Amino acid sequence: MAGLADLTLAEARDGLRNKDFSALELAEAEITAVEAARGLNAFITETPERALAQAQRSDARLAKGEGLALDGLPLAIKDLFCTEGTLTTAASHILDGFTPRYESTVTAKLWAAGAVMLGKTNLDEFAMGSSSTQSHYGPVENPWRKAGEDRPLVPGGSSGGSAAAVAARAGLGATGTDTGGSIRQPASFCGVVGMKPTYGRCSRFGIVAFASSLDQAGPFARTVRDCAILLGAMAGYDPRDSTSADVEVPDFEAALSGDVRGLKVGIPDEYRVDGMGGEIEKLWRQGIDWLEGAGAETVEISLPHTRYALPCYYILAPAEASANLARYDGVRYGLRVPGDSIDEMYENTRAEGFGQEVKRRVLIGTYVLSAGYYDAYYLKAQRVRTLISRDFTEAFEKADVILTPTTPSAAFAVGEKMDDPIAMYLNDVFTVPASLAGLPGISLPAGLSEAGLPLGLQLIGRAFDEETVLRTAGVLEDAAAFDARPGRGVGE
Amino acid sequence: MSLDKATVAKIARLARIKVPDDDLAALAGELSNILDWIEQLNEVDTRDVPPMTHVAAMKLKWRQDEVTGAAPRDDVIADAPEERDGFFTVPKVLE
Repeated sequence: MAGLADLTLAEARDGLRNKDFSALELAEAEITAVEAARGLNAFITETPERALAQAQRSDARLAKGEGLALDGLPLAIKDLFCTEGTLTTAASHILDGFTPRYESTVTAKLWAAGAVMLGKTNLDEFAMGSSSTQSHYGPVENPWRKAGEDRPLVPGGSSGGSAAAVAARAGLGATGTDTGGSIRQPASFCGVVGMKPTYGRCSRFGIVAFASSLDQAGPFARTVRDCAILLGAMAGYDPRDSTSADVEVPDFEAALSGDVRGLKVGIPDEYRVDGMGGEIEKLWRQGIDWLEGAGAETVEISLPHTRYALPCYYILAPAEASANLARYDGVRYGLRVPGDSIDEMYENTRAEGFGQEVKRRVLIGTYVLSAGYYDAYYLKAQRVRTLISRDFTEAFEKADVILTPTTPSAAFAVGEKMDDPIAMYLNDVFTVPASLAGLPGISLPAGLSEAGLPLGLQLIGRAFDEETVLRTAGVLEDAAAFDARPGRGVGE
Repeated sequence: MSLDKATVAKIARLARIKVPDDDLAALAGELSNILDWIEQLNEVDTRDVPPMTHVAAMKLKWRQDEVTGAAPRDDVIADAPEERDGFFTVPKVLE
């Protein structure tokens, strides 16, 4: 029943409850879809047996009328989440063979809610990248292609495998992580919905760490409602994560009232950047018109330190990464390259085990934290971060939610922007500020570029106000009525 | 900020990543470019601005001082590249 893979998560949930089909049938359809999408290289590890076993248990519960919140719903998991008994690689050679003996909190919550695991998705190594081309397992391809062209495009990154899988209908939803834009940017490039919740909303326990003050887990799906459903299951206080926020998890799905009358939508002046394509500007205007048409009020706001967000991020994130990646030394797990001394073993292992971008960032991070440079770089960046965060606090006195484009362009070709790391970093110019401030952000597909590629709009909200972000996103989604499909999806 | 080969070699040593001599110059160039781009932060007046060490206003929680379990040794040692008698083995550390 291939048509099952085309359902939204919410539709599948209802279909299962109404006994229109079984969880086993749904899992089989999705497993077929994962196989059909192999050309995209979106998955590092497929877990069909586990999916079928989980689906059978879901069916048993559903038959008794004891269905759990996500019972029977097949999901793809970014290969940065530790999944017990299943290879977890972070797309790195240095984690060869690593099979966790414990489960990340976020995935444990998903399985406890009855969800079904299709496999582990491909990503940029250690979540460092915006293209999903920096993977030991090869690049991921975007299921979208430019009209009339054959060149493979990037899905964005770092959660490109998850975004591509959902776009290709190989999974009703997926998990990702977002440190500087790694959920929102690939969501935009792949024409799906992706959300980064407030820092602290989801537990980081069991997620391979990149930058501890920035990393956040979040959902991908094809609709805003689906993301709300997934986020509700993923979120929650975890005493095993010292940065986990002890706040109630609201009913995110219930927040989708469709009503934005009187809502104040902030339009930040500084997000009009040079080199931003005309069609991005046009889509942004269109988003403003849609929200005003629904009764919201737009207000011009200023986020004066926006242009410093990227360089600030590229000090803080590599610095934190250099500390988090110090544990990969060939001693306890993964790759070991021998050496005559222990130091040589460390140096050889890390030289061979880490890819180019990871090495660049670890070295930058080591430099900016080193004696004599710490104040000039790291401390300076932390002060700039305070200013960026204050910009948002002040803006949220005038606005309830902020509307921006998600990315400065649509998806680019695999192989482009590889010569200059900075050109690649600029992909995250609109997403990084919300990461630095720890604020919730969502990207939803709002239209197509002239070349037929999806373009996303981003909404940013106050800390722990995912409800307003989701509510507004739901209204935009209805207005945009985005129903385009990628060329290389299921059943093509 | 221009990094010379010697500085890159020193950073590589601190990060315990072996960089072959032939690659040092190119790497110095790449890293210098990134550091030059980062220099623009110096345009920002940050006098009297406290560094942001934590994104949200949160206090660290305390827990009860009791044993809540330990990871079983077999689990911990399971992926070891080299192990003997339940210990990780490495090249000799002490002279």
